[in-house]
Amino acid sequence: MTEADAYRIVWTIVVGSLGATACALLGCFLILKRLSMLGDAISHGVLPGIALAVLVSGQVGGVAMIIGAMLFGVLTVVLTEWLSTAGNVSEDASLGVVFTSLFAAGVVIIAVFLPRAHIDTDCVLYGNFTNVPLDTFTWSDSATGIWSEIPRAAPPMLASLALTVGFIALFWKELKLAAFDAALASAMGFSAALLHYLFVALVAACSVTTFEAMGSILVLAMLVVPPATAHLLTDRLWAMLVWAAGLAVSSATFGYALASQWVFNTNVAGMIATVAGTQFALAVVLAPRHGILVRFLRQWRLALRIAGEEILGSLYRHEEAGRVGAAVSLHEHRLSPWIVALAFARLRRRGWIERLNGGWRLTAAGKHEALSVVRSHRLWETFLGKEFELPIDHLHAPAARMEHFIGPQMQEELAAQLQEPHLDPHGKQIPSP
Amino acid sequence: MIIGMMFGLEYNEALVLYGASLLGAAAGVIGCFAVLRGRALTGDALAHAALPGLCVAFLWYGALSMPALLAGAAVSGVLGIGVITALRRWTRIKEDAAIAIVLSVFTGAGVVLLSVIQNQRASGQAGLQGFIFGSTASMNFQDVMLITGLALVALMVVTAAFKEFKLVSFDAAFARAQGWPAFAIDFTLMLLIVVAIVIGLPAAGVLLMAALLVVPGAAARFWTDRLHVMLILAGLFGAAAGLTGAGVTITIAIPTGPVIILAAATIFVISMLFAPRRGLIARQREDRQLRQRLTLPNVVTGES
Repeated sequence: MTEADAYRIVWTIVVGSLGATACALLGCFLILKRLSMLGDAISHGVLPGIALAVLVSGQVGGVAMIIGAMLFGVLTVVLTEWLSTAGNVSEDASLGVVFTSLFAAGVVIIAVFLPRAHIDTDCVLYGNFTNVPLDTFTWSDSATGIWSEIPRAAPPMLASLALTVGFIALFWKELKLAAFDAALASAMGFSAALLHYLFVALVAACSVTTFEAMGSILVLAMLVVPPATAHLLTDRLWAMLVWAAGLAVSSATFGYALASQWVFNTNVAGMIATVAGTQFALAVVLAPRHGILVRFLRQWRLALRIAGEEILGSLYRHEEAGRVGAAVSLHEHRLSPWIVALAFARLRRRGWIERLNGGWRLTAAGKHEALSVVRSHRLWETFLGKEFELPIDHLHAPAARMEHFIGPQMQEELAAQLQEPHLDPHGKQIPSP
Repeated sequence: MIIGMMFGLEYNEALVLYGASLLGAAAGVIGCFAVLRGRALTGDALAHAALPGLCVAFLWYGALSMPALLAGAAVSGVLGIGVITALRRWTRIKEDAAIAIVLSVFTGAGVVLLSVIQNQRASGQAGLQGFIFGSTASMNFQDVMLITGLALVALMVVTAAFKEFKLVSFDAAFARAQGWPAFAIDFTLMLLIVVAIVIGLPAAGVLLMAALLVVPGAAARFWTDRLHVMLILAGLFGAAAGLTGAGVTITIAIPTGPVIILAAATIFVISMLFAPRRGLIARQREDRQLRQRLTLPNVVTGES
């Protein structure tokens, strides 16, 4: 690798990471406020602001463009809210009306007044990462070689990241409160609305400073995808911000590596968005607490436990009635036959049930387990009958559900409160260990 | 079209006027259901989500084949909707985030595929670009035939399933409780939106399609509380926007799509201000009259 290659790789990744991180940090609050599509709307709605700024100041880029973008970013949000409150239009429809109209107005302004302005539609959408290490300026005479040059895209990215971090640090408490309970925030006396518009202006400023290199699609991707991934991985706000920043950096790094090194010469911005999407897909499946796999396993284990307890309880009742070695049917419980078969296998492996004349019989250890299930069931029936005065034919169904969730401690408390009853309301013995 | 040519328009101009207004009408009618169902932004996401399918179809066939491209776009659009539904149903991700994720990631993947196509320097790649941004001014006969087909299908489906669509649009839970196949009806509606977007894309581009699905429907909602009136109005508004936009850009050389959007936006603003009962001015007057009636002297004397 030549030094020029190293320069190109390092600076593209640094610039991409800075922009992606700034967007991802802001995006956490968009996700939590359920305003994700606002990112899309703002990144389209700023176009007339940019066009007007170019028209007035006579140059592409610079502070005027950022201010124009911020003004129209806020205008997008204000108009959307006004349409949905004053005009009684649903929120998503008003967003759709506002941002498409503003974007169209921007395109028309550019076409009519700035026919020769260099605003490339491809760049606006897909970004222009390849140009980042080529357009540089000298920052220090003491450094030697190419490293004395810095890409022009870097300082604005760094500034927007610094501004974002500063804003979040300064208003941490308020942002947190407003993100989770905007009504409470207003009731506590600080203006949630003012903070919201400040936040929106920052999103607009961030979009416009980052999208020259990143393109509007990647700006939206970074505003939404890493924060959503982080949201699946943690329940704490600060951890969510850290995760989102980390995921943004890794998207930028791996996206660039994939696009430029491994998968020959594909679009960098698109690849970064794709990598972010892949990370998200992995989190959807594998996240430790909110992942689909873990939730599926949790449900499956619960179903298995319930099926096992139903089998034990059913056998206990059969043996109580003198039918040892009965066949168990769990038809009325609507459990899948797979779960039931697995539950039988598990009980047998634990040595709690054994075969007898084509049916099943509880072993001594199994009897002990089954006794606890039936005790829970009958204690709960007694409790419902006594404390809630439910009629006798309404006791079984709720107890059949609750029996799986009453542990030993609650059994003791119920027994104590009911003064150690021996018979349930149906006249059946409440077994005790 | 023939009428247009009688007015002394060239064949191409008449074609564009006819196509743009018919597309506006069809999208306006179909979009009403998206607006009522709270899915105004799904159209936007769908139009973007069609991109990777388009590119895969292009890579597969190696040339611009209209049916293949439309099928590819439709498949990846439906896939996008499926992902949004699945995320909302099975994870803690809310609908707004799910829409934004599908929109940006699908488009990102599409952009990657697009650059692969560009690297191959395949022929007809310029045509694919037009497919994405839309080139209303250069609509061809094939586009117009497809749009006519779309409009006819939309008209037939909406007429045939009017009652079912109405029920699901206003109270999906009630529809389910009444034993209607609410999911199937909903899916048909979504499919109709997908078809509209896919057919509109080459002529209109992503943003114009997103706008045409939302703005006429939202404008029509101001004028009426009856669904069939709303559908007819939205169709008329969409057609008027298409006609105006295409008409203006025949005389002035500016991009057609944005002008159509601005025409639709103008109709929306007029509707919002001047509509008889739900319009801003009418509601303000009503408020004022109510306040006047409730001023203290009137209340005390019992006059109204």
